[in-house]
Amino acid sequence: MTAVAERVVASAAETFARRHRFRWYEALPWLVAVAGYFAFPDYLALGSQILATILFALSVDLVLGYGGIITLGQAAFFGAGAYTAGLLAAHGMGAPVIGLLIAAVAAALVGLISGVVVLRTHGLTQLMMTLMVAVMLHEAANKANTVTGGADGLQGMEVGPVFGLFHFDLYGNTAYFYCLAALFICWFVMRRIVHSPFGRSLTGIRENEARMHAIGSPVFRRRLVAYTISAAMAGVSGALVAQTTQFVATDALGFERSGNVLIMLLLGGIGRLYGAFIGVPLYMIAQDRFAAIDPVYWYFWIGLLLVLMVTFARGGVLGIVDRVGAVLRRRR
Amino acid sequence: MHVQRTWFYGVAVAALGAVLAFPAAAETVKIGIITTYSGPLAPPGISMDKGLTLYAKLHSKDLPKGVTVEIIRRDDTGIAPDVAKRLAQELITRDHVNIIGGVVYSPNALAMAPVMTEAKMPFVDMNAAAAVLTTKSPYIVRDSFTLQQISMPMGEWAAKHGFNQAYTVVSDYAPGWDAEDGFKIGIEHDGGKVVGSVRVPVQNPDFTPFLQRVKDLKPKSLFIFVPGGPQSTQMMKTYNELNLKKAGITLVTTQDLLIDSELPKMADIPLGVVSSGSYSAAATRPANKAFVTAWHKEYGANDVPDFVAIQGWDGMAMIYDLIKKTGGKFTGDEAMKILKNYKTTESPRGPFMIDPLTGDIVQNIYIRRVEKIDGKLANVEFETFPMVKDPWKQMHAAAK
Repeated sequence: MTAVAERVVASAAETFARRHRFRWYEALPWLVAVAGYFAFPDYLALGSQILATILFALSVDLVLGYGGIITLGQAAFFGAGAYTAGLLAAHGMGAPVIGLLIAAVAAALVGLISGVVVLRTHGLTQLMMTLMVAVMLHEAANKANTVTGGADGLQGMEVGPVFGLFHFDLYGNTAYFYCLAALFICWFVMRRIVHSPFGRSLTGIRENEARMHAIGSPVFRRRLVAYTISAAMAGVSGALVAQTTQFVATDALGFERSGNVLIMLLLGGIGRLYGAFIGVPLYMIAQDRFAAIDPVYWYFWIGLLLVLMVTFARGGVLGIVDRVGAVLRRRR
Repeated sequence: MHVQRTWFYGVAVAALGAVLAFPAAAETVKIGIITTYSGPLAPPGISMDKGLTLYAKLHSKDLPKGVTVEIIRRDDTGIAPDVAKRLAQELITRDHVNIIGGVVYSPNALAMAPVMTEAKMPFVDMNAAAAVLTTKSPYIVRDSFTLQQISMPMGEWAAKHGFNQAYTVVSDYAPGWDAEDGFKIGIEHDGGKVVGSVRVPVQNPDFTPFLQRVKDLKPKSLFIFVPGGPQSTQMMKTYNELNLKKAGITLVTTQDLLIDSELPKMADIPLGVVSSGSYSAAATRPANKAFVTAWHKEYGANDVPDFVAIQGWDGMAMIYDLIKKTGGKFTGDEAMKILKNYKTTESPRGPFMIDPLTGDIVQNIYIRRVEKIDGKLANVEFETFPMVKDPWKQMHAAAK
């Protein structure tokens, strides 16, 4: 090899290695989360819901943003996790962390089984298939009222203290840190995944499926794995909400949940890991503030925000950050 | 100079004194209202809010001297137990409310129940109808109804009036099953029987195949429950298109199908249909006439109050009664003692009381017929089942 070629290879390797090195701004969400605990002790209940929803949005980002799988049925996994955690707690197994793990496994199974069918399709058909899975589970939960409590929701959940030490309190202290810890672990795993060769191949499949087939990448299997991991994450998110609320009803499987999370992700930016961390708080805090001022017409302001973002800020908030960054670099 | 300074201090001390004295003289009772204000499921929430707002507006002068009421409204966005529970937590820990009211949908109220127990926070449920709800916390009272409570008298009436072989069609979710259950208990109690039942999907309101099946079977009567709103109009249309009335099948139903706010959209189709309910805007009681007049004055002549509105109104009446009896200062336990012994004859819906044992409502259930009054459809009450208790609780108490 010539010296020049060696240098090119080395610099390419350097670029790839640099890609997954931690940067200072990646600590920001966690610093904000901890600061938020001390700055807004009255908002911890909202805070823990935001954290759980960020995790849900992350799970969507993995399949939609990285895998290019268009889904309107992510609530199926959220609900599977929520009902698993709920049923465990209602039948005397209220240890939260174990519940969380079992919920992840249960949701992953739902993801794996439905993924085998859903991922054989493409485009609009795929969209409808994901939706259908969620609708079917929703109706199943409604009908199986001896198990799930039907439309009135699951009765008698008793969630124990975390590690036998920390009770879920009225102020939401425990819930906040519990959700934060779960989110941190899932984020760490997801970050490793998207920067791994597996993650790069997912992006490859999203960008050019035919080419990935041509270079021998097992496209279907890669997608199925991503879909299953994403389902497990959504399941953890559902279990978090179920455990901190100590209640599950069929809305956990509802279409609105799948739809809203897409909007939040769009606001933040799709396919960039941190879109969820910006879009979800933006949406939920805006909703909370607008709804406190005007409980009837807050939807209007959310809608306006969305229209403005879609019209003027493709790629969400992170898209704006990118463009500003690019302009600054050009100036230099 | 010296004089000026003394004068300045005097004013300052007086001002400080006034500021300090003010909260002691004026008691502010904070009432947290959680209901559905936005989204497709909002109409009952809005109706509830109108009812309770109107009561608060008209009765602020009745409050004890120095007591003011602050209503803090929160939107639970629909069937969203996680949101409702969070809002309840926030109202208690952040806004420091003294009492909570509202809630349209049962899952939301059920998720809130443990919070009420933990915080010893009185909660006046103004709609959520799951029978089990009031057993979930000693800090809950309900001023609405349970589906069994409404539909059982309908069954009894049907059996007594020759419609003793009934087919039931209900929405396939918990309230629908409750209605089916209550109707069956009622009709069997008086020697009738249910000859067949079908449950229709909640989400897919094409009722033709279900009603066609009923038509083929020709039962004497047909009992329907669907949630009040666009679905009820759709159901009435299908009932008309299939000509069930001419086939000799008499429709009996609950107030949900013929909810007052939806009646104007049904043309003349429901004329003559008999239903059971806790409230009709057409009732001729003086208290109701005064209420409806006040409603029209506030919200316009075309706006009709429905049973959810009256539940908001009565819920606020209960809270105001509590404030009057305590002077605006009460703990959770003191409040529950008063709320659970609440009794009135002055509600627009007639007399009702709270059962001190269960916290659930005991009220008149009226049998009504749709008639035309001044060119508008109205549910005209013609028979009363006085002071009906929730049959679900009686059955479960007996089972124990």
